[in-house]
Amino acid sequence: MIVFDQVSFGYAGAERLVLRDVDVVVPEGELVLVAGPTGAGKSTLLGAVNGSVPHATGGRLAGRVLVDGLDTRTHPPRDLAHVVGWVGQDPAASFVTGSVEEELAYVMEQLAVPPAVMRTRVEQTLDLLGIADLRQRPVQALSGGQQQRVAIGAVLTAGPRVLVLDEPTSALDPGAAEEVLGALLRLVHDLGVTVLVAEHRLERVVEYADRVLSVRPDGTVSSAEPAVAMVDAPVAPPVVELGRLAGWAPLPLSVRSARRLAPSLRASLPAAPHPPVPRHAPQSAADTSAEPPTPRVRARRVVVRHGATVAVRAVDLDVAAGETVAVMGRNGAGKSSLLWALAGASAPSAGSVSVSGESLGTSAEAVRRRLVGLVPQTATDLLYLDSVADECAQADAEAGAPAGTCATVLHQVLGVVDPSSHPRDLSAGQQLALVLAVQLTAAPPVVLLDEPTRGLDYTAKRALVRVLQRLAADGHAVVVASHDVELVAQVADRVVVMADGEIVADGPTAEVMTSASTLAPQVAKVLGADWLTVDAVAAALAPELAEVPRG
Amino acid sequence: MSTLLLPRTLHPLAWWAWALGLAAAAAQTTNPLLLLALVGVVGCVVLARRGDAPYARAFRWYLLAGLLVVVIRVVFRLLLGGGGVGSAGDPVLLPLPGVDLQWPGAPTLLGPLTSSALLASVSEGLRLATMLVCVGAANALADPRRLLKSMPPALHEVGAAAVVAVSVLPQLAESTARVRAARRLRGGGGGRRNRLRAVVVPVLEDAVDRSLALAASMDARGYGRRAAVPSHIRTLVAGLLMGGLIGLLVGVYALLDTSTPRWLGLPMLAAGVAAAVGGLTLAGRRVERTRYRPDRWAPPEICAVLAGVVVAVTFLVTSDVAPLVTAPVVSPPSWPTLSLLPLLGLLAALAPALLTPPPPGSVPHRLGPPLVRARVPA
Repeated sequence: MIVFDQVSFGYAGAERLVLRDVDVVVPEGELVLVAGPTGAGKSTLLGAVNGSVPHATGGRLAGRVLVDGLDTRTHPPRDLAHVVGWVGQDPAASFVTGSVEEELAYVMEQLAVPPAVMRTRVEQTLDLLGIADLRQRPVQALSGGQQQRVAIGAVLTAGPRVLVLDEPTSALDPGAAEEVLGALLRLVHDLGVTVLVAEHRLERVVEYADRVLSVRPDGTVSSAEPAVAMVDAPVAPPVVELGRLAGWAPLPLSVRSARRLAPSLRASLPAAPHPPVPRHAPQSAADTSAEPPTPRVRARRVVVRHGATVAVRAVDLDVAAGETVAVMGRNGAGKSSLLWALAGASAPSAGSVSVSGESLGTSAEAVRRRLVGLVPQTATDLLYLDSVADECAQADAEAGAPAGTCATVLHQVLGVVDPSSHPRDLSAGQQLALVLAVQLTAAPPVVLLDEPTRGLDYTAKRALVRVLQRLAADGHAVVVASHDVELVAQVADRVVVMADGEIVADGPTAEVMTSASTLAPQVAKVLGADWLTVDAVAAALAPELAEVPRG
Repeated sequence: MSTLLLPRTLHPLAWWAWALGLAAAAAQTTNPLLLLALVGVVGCVVLARRGDAPYARAFRWYLLAGLLVVVIRVVFRLLLGGGGVGSAGDPVLLPLPGVDLQWPGAPTLLGPLTSSALLASVSEGLRLATMLVCVGAANALADPRRLLKSMPPALHEVGAAAVVAVSVLPQLAESTARVRAARRLRGGGGGRRNRLRAVVVPVLEDAVDRSLALAASMDARGYGRRAAVPSHIRTLVAGLLMGGLIGLLVGVYALLDTSTPRWLGLPMLAAGVAAAVGGLTLAGRRVERTRYRPDRWAPPEICAVLAGVVVAVTFLVTSDVAPLVTAPVVSPPSWPTLSLLPLLGLLAALAPALLTPPPPGSVPHRLGPPLVRARVPA
């Protein structure tokens, strides 16, 4: 269906080839996962399938790409619209029209499909993707998962043989991601569409894939069965890492197949697994004083309203110094609003927030910054200068810190980065680190991160985990709002689950995360509630098995 | 009859035709009673037939703008009135001293305000305000996106650009709000210029990213596909469109400037229109495209258009046969009179409130809070 014939590609003006001698054939009807670290060229590979690489991006393409027999050199994307459906990373930015129904019809209007056929195809697609009840709704008012399904429907109505999706679930909460994946699987099974998916969150997709295309940083691409590809893949989901650790062959790709192999591993694990280590050591506090320590952050009856919508409904939250709290919940459950209220950046409609005994409501911006640092969801909103060095200098000036503070923090967080590089040219992980460094320059005792793992690959995520662990060890109170159960399992001491603006669960990570299957990390699903992360299992097995080099 | 009045949105062009008819009627008169009646009719129809979309809720701003127009008009008359209007017998309301500017041809500032001057300025302001409200009504009743969709196929590209612009504006507002909120997180510091830059740069970057994503999406979905067109047809189309444009310009100029020969006026205009229509039709052939659920012209649409035409014609005729009704004497001030004909016209203008289908029932717009708010608790 798709043939890459000795394809090499480099962007104009760049020395490096993004794709090098790619020689891959994708047979019809397969679900293909495109995996690889950030910046390796996954998006470029996908773009080459519908011809937007090189027709829209520019650059030099050597070799040829055939899709259903059509050569992309002579067919720009618009002439492939009836063969390849391409869905970009941000569905909200891809919408042309106002309502769901018109969005679905748009491609057919361009292809001059007869009106009667259009009507029936729109209805079929609405049913196929489960969005019939949304037909009249304005596209911008939909939730993330709904928007993603509408974006898929908007290319599907043209009746393409190939569907190409660039990170369709990375911005979604687990439930919405499952809706989207379910819809994709139905397309593969019912319509026989060939699907190419690029995804960082391999744990969500790899078990369904028929084939994995691994894009390496040097631009080469290899194609293999998932179980084979995962053996030495630089990025792998936790269940695969667990399988590698335990030496299972063939590697399990799904929780279900791992569970069937698990009894032997479970037997070899210590009988009484050590409980999740509370890093802030409440025991010592209990020993030294009868009084419980004053929490670093104390939020009381916090209410946040946006017009008629109540985003946060009378929430109480305490966070101790050295404690990491994860806030979880669906999109729109009020996580972001709570974080912004904790940062004092948006005055809560009611209630109070204090940090180290100082009320945030009355303090000025500069003072608040010294108390709380928030890294917002779109971290790049904070960056506006032309180089990393300028951003750091500006951050020092704003925070009133001695010159060089921000650069030092950045070095601790990120390691070496060229200070003259433009912030926009950094990878998502580096940008996040830069914003974190800017916010840490004022040395706030409280650090809040809103959905930090968006767009991060496993390597960047691991770096983030290390940074968060170090912040907590230094005595910071850390609050992370995240959908990413694996990240939460690794960093959080406590998990708070929000729904509809209220806290519905609050407790130690292990207890909360294993209470609901959507919140449980893969390792817990395989080995039971006592084990949350591969690291914990590895540590427990250390005497018996040498630590497997990872990453 | 019952199927004709099932809830649906009326063709946007029908609403525009109706509203422009009313505006044309308003242009014919300075009779405050007639103008207020027109505003009343417009208000009734808008209240009866508007949906719950954001553009529909903007009608009140047009009403406010209309009020503002009247006030401004009066204030200017007060400042620049110079006692020109009004006979000697007019009662003076405000005995202000006149200020003569010392250069030739300059108006006299201030000066006594007579009741007839006040009445004249209010009537003229009201006329302008009524026309503004008519346009506002069209905006509130007709979905701008659907209006752009009903453009002729040759103008599809322009229409698509306009649709994109319509959706980009709210997105710009959203990202500005988001960036400003983020900016506050970073704390103050820097001068005004720096602060401005801190907002403008990320917003523009966001806008550029979005635009590129949208362009890629449109390209991937077949936008800009076209059938092969022989080159001589392309030349012909270009020629016809250019010629049409020139004809239109010359014709309109000749109509407005009375010193040009008469034969240049209407004939040139007609020729220009013909050439432009021909060009557009020919150009439309090279675009192969179909429309999903196009707006159709059904009896209710015709009814709305007719209502607009009738009210415009009755006012036009009245201004001819009974000029005192459409333009009452202001000096000395007199109570405006009415006649049957314009009242019948007003009645006709009210008909769409009943004879057009109601808008489709209000759909719940969202279940959760919108994404914007989830991202920017400001």
